[in-house]
Amino acid sequence: MKKRNMIALSLTSALALAACSRTPPESTPPVPQDVATNTPTTGSTTPVSTVPLPGSQAHFASAMMGADTILFDTDRFNIDSEDAAALRRQAEYLLQYPTATATVEGHADERGTRDYNLALGERRANAAKNYLVSLGVPESRLRTVSYGEERPRATASNEAAWAQNRRSVTVMIGR
Amino acid sequence: MKKLVFAALFFVFGAVPAMAQEADPDDEGGISVVVTDDSAWQDIGIAIASFATNRDVATPANANGTAALGFELASVVYNDLRFNGLFRPVGPDALPRPTYAQTTAPAWSTWSGRSAEMLVHGFVRANDNGNLTVGCYLYDVVLQTELVREGWEVAPGEWRRAAHRCADLVYSRLSGESPFFDSRIAYIAETGPKDNRVKRLAIMDSDGANHRFITNGQSTALSPRYSPDYSRIAYLSYQDGNPRIYVYEIDSGRQTLVTESSNPTFAPRWSPDGRYILYSMAVAGNTDIYRIRADGSGTPLRLTNQPSIEVGGSFSPDGSRIVFESDQSGSQQCYVMDADGTNQRRISFFGGRCASPEWSPRGDQIAFTHIAGNFRIAVMTPEGRNMRQLTDAWHDEGPSWAPNGRIIQFFRTEQGSGDSAIYQVDLTGENERRLRTPVGASDPAWGPVLN
Repeated sequence: MKKRNMIALSLTSALALAACSRTPPESTPPVPQDVATNTPTTGSTTPVSTVPLPGSQAHFASAMMGADTILFDTDRFNIDSEDAAALRRQAEYLLQYPTATATVEGHADERGTRDYNLALGERRANAAKNYLVSLGVPESRLRTVSYGEERPRATASNEAAWAQNRRSVTVMIGR
Repeated sequence: MKKLVFAALFFVFGAVPAMAQEADPDDEGGISVVVTDDSAWQDIGIAIASFATNRDVATPANANGTAALGFELASVVYNDLRFNGLFRPVGPDALPRPTYAQTTAPAWSTWSGRSAEMLVHGFVRANDNGNLTVGCYLYDVVLQTELVREGWEVAPGEWRRAAHRCADLVYSRLSGESPFFDSRIAYIAETGPKDNRVKRLAIMDSDGANHRFITNGQSTALSPRYSPDYSRIAYLSYQDGNPRIYVYEIDSGRQTLVTESSNPTFAPRWSPDGRYILYSMAVAGNTDIYRIRADGSGTPLRLTNQPSIEVGGSFSPDGSRIVFESDQSGSQQCYVMDADGTNQRRISFFGGRCASPEWSPRGDQIAFTHIAGNFRIAVMTPEGRNMRQLTDAWHDEGPSWAPNGRIIQFFRTEQGSGDSAIYQVDLTGENERRLRTPVGASDPAWGPVLN
């Protein structure tokens, strides 16, 4: 595991440039409003003069510029090239701040049935998490949770909203 | 719960009852808003007169005494019977009030002119032990004869159960179907905006009465299922931040995890005998169905073992088979397996997706969510044949059977707002109506007839 981390570290620092030059997803979603239950929201909306602490959710979200979120097709949980680029940025951040821990949330759109959507959210959260682990992020620093269709980001009932809601979101666990 | 005791009915001459108390029959109904035209079914007129009392005395069941309680008893019977499409009942507010003596000797001349073929009489009596005895009589007005009678001794707090038993007696005698009114529903009460919805576990009687919130809404609750003896509710809660099934004991308020595991568990289902609970558990993202003893003993048995999503599950009434959903074919479809996980085979081959299947308590049908554009409630045989859609709205989901297998509850979500309400429809697709609940409602789970 250690050896792999080292390789991943050097890899990701190389990848960092490429990842940063990429344009963020077309519709950049807002900073996630929904954080894990036991994660106190850090002051991303409170006006503070100090820079957000590295490893905090506010710091992570501003560093990601939307790359904290991975979008999925209906009923799918595969990682495409755009997702991979965003996950590389997440991994790079997590490797840069080795004490940071994160929750990967899995979500589904409302156009599904309750139980299946919970299972689908599990799949998506784990797909994103596994990709982060493959990039060298220690599994012990990542937890997953499925919210199924319970926490939509976009509230309209149309394709555009559903596309935003079929997602995984990586959220830093507060310290 | 105090047991309902069958009581031999004695006839005692009593005081003339007081005049009918004020009552708005619409206040009693948990169910309202008739959606489909069911006039063709409403062919049997039933007059349900206020129940008489031998002596109008104080009772904890009604602040105005047993005579007023008799009126309320008849109102509950009336509201039960008026919503299933088989009958054209007339309630106590529109009828003369029989005397106690007339309970067993109807004034036929009064009733024959009221276009009611059937007549329900009853009485309520306060006993020395603090309980109530409620009698229920069904008469054929044309033949001027008694069809059936029954009586029950109930604690004052359970007076509505006696009324539901009376409605069940009438319904069963006239329709030939099994009873279902004396039963309860667990569901999820919903409040708040779509992106910050509060979801609470709640329970109510089959007519919406005795409504009670069980969780306070601090953490999301989903997918409740009553144990067959109504002592416990298995449901999903995010109370520790993760989706997990808890088994909540209604009397003590205590709850335990369905299984000690750090993996998320969801979609709880009881076996018909209450000995087992099915749950779905995701391990490293892969969801399969497991079976565990409801008392927590023994080790869980994994029933499915595929890399695809296998979720939910509903036992056949004899407990020998389980219908469940799986996307191993590429989309959600319904499958049947033996209760030990063997002999898995797909049964849904009619186009669209098959989700959240629920086996009828009568065994002859499986209700499910049919996804083909819109989400509709549909039924099929256990072999997957004779698929019939019972509803047609933007998003109907989560069927739950009435104890007698004649009616299906489900929840309907509105496009846009995401607001949900519980509806029910009968097996013919007729008599669709919305249940009245204090707030938004989803995930209905109808329990069996109470003992």
